[in-house]
Amino acid sequence: MIRDITIGQYFPGTSLIHKLDPRVKIVLTVLNIAALFLCRNFFSLLLMFVMSVVWVLLSRIPFKTILKGLKMILMILIFTAFLQIFYNDGGTVLWHPVENWDFKITTEGVFSAIFIAVRIVSLILLSTLLTYTTSPTLLTDAIERLLSPLKVFKVKVHSLAMMMTIALRFIPTLIEEIDIIMSAQKARGADLETGSLIQRAKALVPILVPLFVNSFRRAYELAFAMEARCYGGDEKRTRLRVMKVSARDIVMLAVTLVCLTAVVVTSFANVGGFILFERVI
Amino acid sequence: MAFLEVRNACYSYSKGTPFEIKALDNCSFSVEKGEYIGVIGHTGSGKSTLMQLLNALVTPDSGSVLLDGKDINADKKTARDTRFRVGLVFQYPEYQLFEETVSKDIAFGPTNMGLSAEDVHKQVLWAAQIVGLPDALLDKSPFDLSGGEKRRAAIAGVMAMKPEVLILDEPAAGLDPIGRKVIMEMIDKYRTSTGATVLLVSHSMETVAAAADRILVLNKGAIAMDGDVQSVFSRADELITMGLDVPAVTRIAVKLKNMGYPVDAGVYSVEEAAKMLTAVLRAKEGTR
Repeated sequence: MIRDITIGQYFPGTSLIHKLDPRVKIVLTVLNIAALFLCRNFFSLLLMFVMSVVWVLLSRIPFKTILKGLKMILMILIFTAFLQIFYNDGGTVLWHPVENWDFKITTEGVFSAIFIAVRIVSLILLSTLLTYTTSPTLLTDAIERLLSPLKVFKVKVHSLAMMMTIALRFIPTLIEEIDIIMSAQKARGADLETGSLIQRAKALVPILVPLFVNSFRRAYELAFAMEARCYGGDEKRTRLRVMKVSARDIVMLAVTLVCLTAVVVTSFANVGGFILFERVI
Repeated sequence: MAFLEVRNACYSYSKGTPFEIKALDNCSFSVEKGEYIGVIGHTGSGKSTLMQLLNALVTPDSGSVLLDGKDINADKKTARDTRFRVGLVFQYPEYQLFEETVSKDIAFGPTNMGLSAEDVHKQVLWAAQIVGLPDALLDKSPFDLSGGEKRRAAIAGVMAMKPEVLILDEPAAGLDPIGRKVIMEMIDKYRTSTGATVLLVSHSMETVAAAADRILVLNKGAIAMDGDVQSVFSRADELITMGLDVPAVTRIAVKLKNMGYPVDAGVYSVEEAAKMLTAVLRAKEGTR
């Protein structure tokens, strides 16, 4: 059911990852993702993969939940890996069915397929972990702080953050609403599951029209309510939760930086001849 | 054999996740043709889930729902056909209007039933007349109607399928007293002209007391009481501990009874209460 989508959901908890300062957490996630893209050999990739798994373990989010999130991208993963096999024709030829035909599978092709798959999995692990362990309010709050230097250039950082908060806040509401509208139209015999592609697209009209109409109505109501209370969070705002960088943040930052350095060094300095194939980036 | 029967139905939301909620816990009851049943229960007591169970929008995890003795969840076709026989009006149904004109929106259900264009047209006009929508409104956009008119148009959309069982979830929520009265009259009109069974979910005890013959009380996903209006409201104390209320006159009757007066605590209409109190007063005067 539509309720079971977990990407972007927040799972409350008290683990080390949950307790990290959200600003630091965002920076760490960005650093980790950058490191993931800098990986050029199996050693560095393995390091990053282990790092991602360690983060997941530290967060104490049930493994089942994580796997459920990964299931959603399984098709993309298989497709990408499959294409990679044919993109790389270096190394030893493993399978070459038709002579004179450029279709063949080589060791490097297989390696790069595995490489890309592991990289995507790690990427999903790291990025979903950020939303799994940080409440939307804290997340936008942290983004606002991180972007606040842009205020110098007259960027309305607060309004942007507020827009994000509102958007995130309404995702569950919208999901619930879709559920109700779908049930209500089904109660009048709407058939959403069978028929040709065009028929099924047409069957969405009774769901999308009310959804949009209600969203606009809700947006107006919210805007009026905010205005009626003279909302102006931009200036002189004090906060309920004051963010503080603590020792654990610094430790995690240090560990991440060490990993990042290791990745860069092994990838580019050719330490111990670790580079397996340079073309995969 | 009962007309509509629920047997030991259990249902949970978000099964297998930390957010699992047990919505229905071993519910059993049956409904006969032509009954008017009020369904009451605290917010989150499982009323809405139970109503969706009756038209196969929710499939029980265990147990079954039988219509005319046949399992409504037997296969997809039976489930879909059941929805035409058991019409469900959701809360705030006006938020589900979508067509260009009111008549097209009302026609959505009958068209899905596969009726001929002529029959669809007939049922639309019939439903519009039951809910009291003037013909002039039928060609307007549903989004141009007033709040009360939208509600009526949406209810007509379900009535147009002429379901044998009509379920309404808080049909009068958010309306003024006149609007509420109009909705209740619409339901009566539908009942008398089709002989349908009606299940009315409501938070207003007065409404339920005035309209229904029988009351189902839900508490924490289970059926706590099932009986005629008088017998349910005479258990006022239990209802109050469930976070429910009783009609104002019933509250007074219960207090009087506790003070030692010979009154019936299950009284729920003002007229009856007045009769009963005069009788009590007369008797008192007689003894003096």
